[in-house]
Formats: sequence, C-alpha cells, structure tokens
Amino acid sequence: MRTTSPTQDFVRGIWKENPVLIQMLGLCPALAVTNSVANALAMSAATFFVMSCSSVLISTCKRFIPHEVRISSYILVIATFVTLADMLLQAYAPVQHKELGAFIALIVVNCMILGRQETFSSKNNPFRSLLDAFGTGIGFTIALVMMGGFREIFGVGAFLGVPLFGPNFEPWVIMVLPAGGFLTLGFILLAMGYFEQRKKTKAEQKAEATS
Amino acid sequence: MNQPEDNKGQIDVKIQVEDPASDAAQDAPAPEEVSTFRLVATLAIAGALAGLLIVLVNLHTKPIIDKWKAEQLQIAVYEVLPGVERYDTFYLVDDGLSTTLPDGAKESEFKRVYVGRDEKGETTGVAISRGESGFQDVIMVIFGHDPATGKVSGMKILDSKETPGLGDKIFKDMDFVDQFFAGPETPLLGVKAGSGKGEPNEIDMITGATISSKAVIQIINNALAEWKPVLDRGIPSSPADEAPAEEAP
Repeated sequence: MRTTSPTQDFVRGIWKENPVLIQMLGLCPALAVTNSVANALAMSAATFFVMSCSSVLISTCKRFIPHEVRISSYILVIATFVTLADMLLQAYAPVQHKELGAFIALIVVNCMILGRQETFSSKNNPFRSLLDAFGTGIGFTIALVMMGGFREIFGVGAFLGVPLFGPNFEPWVIMVLPAGGFLTLGFILLAMGYFEQRKKTKAEQKAEATS
Repeated sequence: MNQPEDNKGQIDVKIQVEDPASDAAQDAPAPEEVSTFRLVATLAIAGALAGLLIVLVNLHTKPIIDKWKAEQLQIAVYEVLPGVERYDTFYLVDDGLSTTLPDGAKESEFKRVYVGRDEKGETTGVAISRGESGFQDVIMVIFGHDPATGKVSGMKILDSKETPGLGDKIFKDMDFVDQFFAGPETPLLGVKAGSGKGEPNEIDMITGATISSKAVIQIINNALAEWKPVLDRGIPSSPADEAPAEEAP
C-alpha cells in the first residue's frame, strides 16, 4: 500500500513537517548547541549521519526484528551510530567536538530520530527510508542553522565567525546564553504562527468573496 | 500539476491515519508468541555486531585523537614557556621527578611537569597542568612557572565549559590572559579590576566572570603549593645531555 511518492517522502520533512519547527521534536539540541552557526552545522551533520544510517539499517533489517523488542533494537542501532559519529568527529573535527561536548552523546535520545524509525523506516523500504531521513535531516539542519544564525548575529555580531558589524556593536550576550535559545525559538515559532494564520484568513476571505 | 495537487491533501491525511492502522496490520501476520529465545538472540546478535563496529572504528580513530591531544599539549607547553627550545616530561614517582615510569605502570596515573630547556640545556621554566572546578565544570589550565624567580611566565586554558560570553573570557579576553604572560609573582592575588595597589602579584579579575577568573588564579596557586616542595629539591637535567652536562662546581 503505497500512499506517498518518493518525492513527497523527501520533501515532507524539509518544511511542511519540519521536525523542529512543526513537529517540535529534537528541541534539546536545537536549544542547546545553536549558540553559533558552526556548532549548529556540526550538530546537524552528526544527526544527519546518525539518522540516515539508522534509517537504512533498520528498514533493511525490519523483518528480523521481533515486534516486542523493536524499540530496544532501534535505540541500540542509533546508539551505535552516535558512538561512531562521536569518535569520527573527535578525530576529524576536534574543535567542533570540544564545543558540542556532551550533546553528541545525547543524539541517542533525540526523539526525532527514534520517531522516524518507528513511524517510517520500520514500515518502508530502505530507499524510501533514506529519502525520508534526508528530508528530515535537511529540515533539522534548516531549523538549527536558522536559530544559530539569529543567535550568533545578535549575540556575537558575526555570522560563521565573520564579524558583521563595526567594533561599536555591543553584543546581546543573552542570545548566546541558554535563555537566548528559548527566546529565539519562541520568536521563530511566533513568526511562523503569524504567517500561517494570515495565510489562512486570506484564504478564507477569498473563499467568502468567491462564494 | 493538477492531478497530484488534488491528491495531496488526502495523502497527508492518509499518512497520519495510517500509522496506528498499519501497526495493527503488522501485528496481524505474527499473532503467535515470539519465543523468548528469539528476542534475546536478536538483541544479543545486534549488540555483538554494534560492539564490533565500535571497536573497529575506535581502532582507527584513537591514534588520530591521541595525536591531536598530544599536539595541543605540545603547542600549549611552548606557549606558556616563552623562549624554550625543547622540553622534557617528568613524572612524579615516589615524591621524586623521573623521566621513566616504574614497570607496568600506566602513564595516565602519574602527575607530571614539563621542564623547558633553552638551547644550552639549562632549565628556564616548568609547565604544569591542573584542573579544578570553575563555574560550570572543571577548568583545565596549563601554566609556565620559573622556579628560580617564582614568577608565572604564561597561562593557557586547555579545556573549559565556562559560560559563553561571560566565563569564557578567561581565554577570550586578552587583557586578562596577557597579565599571566607579564610575569606576575606568586602566589597570585586576584583583585577587582582597577582596584589593585600595584603589587607585583596582582591579577585583575574579569567583571562578570569573577568565579571563573578566581578559579584560574586558585588553580595556579594550588598547583604551585603542591609542586613547590618537589621542584625545590632540584630538577634533574635532561636525560639526553646527562653525559656532557658536567656542571661546574
């Protein structure tokens, strides 16, 4: 029973069902490590790697995993890939690894990844699971880079470490502190809700006008 | 464009409804009890494979990680001991300094100092690393110290998770860091910025990061207090030039 096309599998997670901004999953890393764009990118890359690998592996092996122990098996697979990502990052991107610290290990409990395994990979073939993981991973990256961008621009006055304003800019330190994460996420959701509602009202008005 | 668009709304609804439904559908073909053995075996095999994979990758990445750490340490030692040609690592073995460890001992269990030498092999300074609690987590500091004058010759933060924007000024605020390179006398005394009396052992603390800056100063003082008795007993010359280093009486 095929209900979605491969393109939809891929596109869905990017914006329409964006894991962070719409589904509100994976908020812990979205709040914790987005104090700079570089950190947001490193976190996204690690999550992307873990999710793609686990999705393919789980959808390949789904026939061998008894229903009763599926969640433990998924977590085992995810934890393995997280450990690999942790070691590879430490070896090849030690500076980012130092910045991200404990949050790499916490990718294991990112409910976004487990959610995709339970609702999608465990029921679909590896190719479509990979597309779904790519889409969701890109959506996650967009959300994190958006937050990291806002926080770095206002909190440090730079983007990806490149200073944007003159030396007279006084950074809003709160934006790079944990509180800034909550504020930024709140404002982004506020803006999205506002535009969503405006679009709806306009559509309704249009429908009323035509009827 | 028109046909798929029309279906789109329906499709999305379908996915959401489908999840619980297909869950039940999946249960249907396997209603018979799965044996406990199979459950345990699945997890055991998966666990074994996962362990194997992790070990293989670790074998590959560990040397790279260790090399990077050693390089970082080396850079730090040269940074905090200005004008040093090379350095020797001495371990604290039985209250004495030794370049070699007892047989079968693990390197990581021993405290150590890095003794900097100039081109003639004379000791010019000692670098010591130490970690203690800061504001968030342990701050790892390495600093250079000249045992002859008792002055600090430099300081570098090896590892810290201090608050970005505030506590991280202990390594980002160059006015603070430079004070340690200006050769302050020990024991260091942290003072509120601008309220110092001009004593040679004063360090201006960072406004807004008092706990973190105090921690750095405290770490250096504690390390010196711990190592002073050992260093006062004399630092052995480099094992490499033991033979030619005939010191004049």
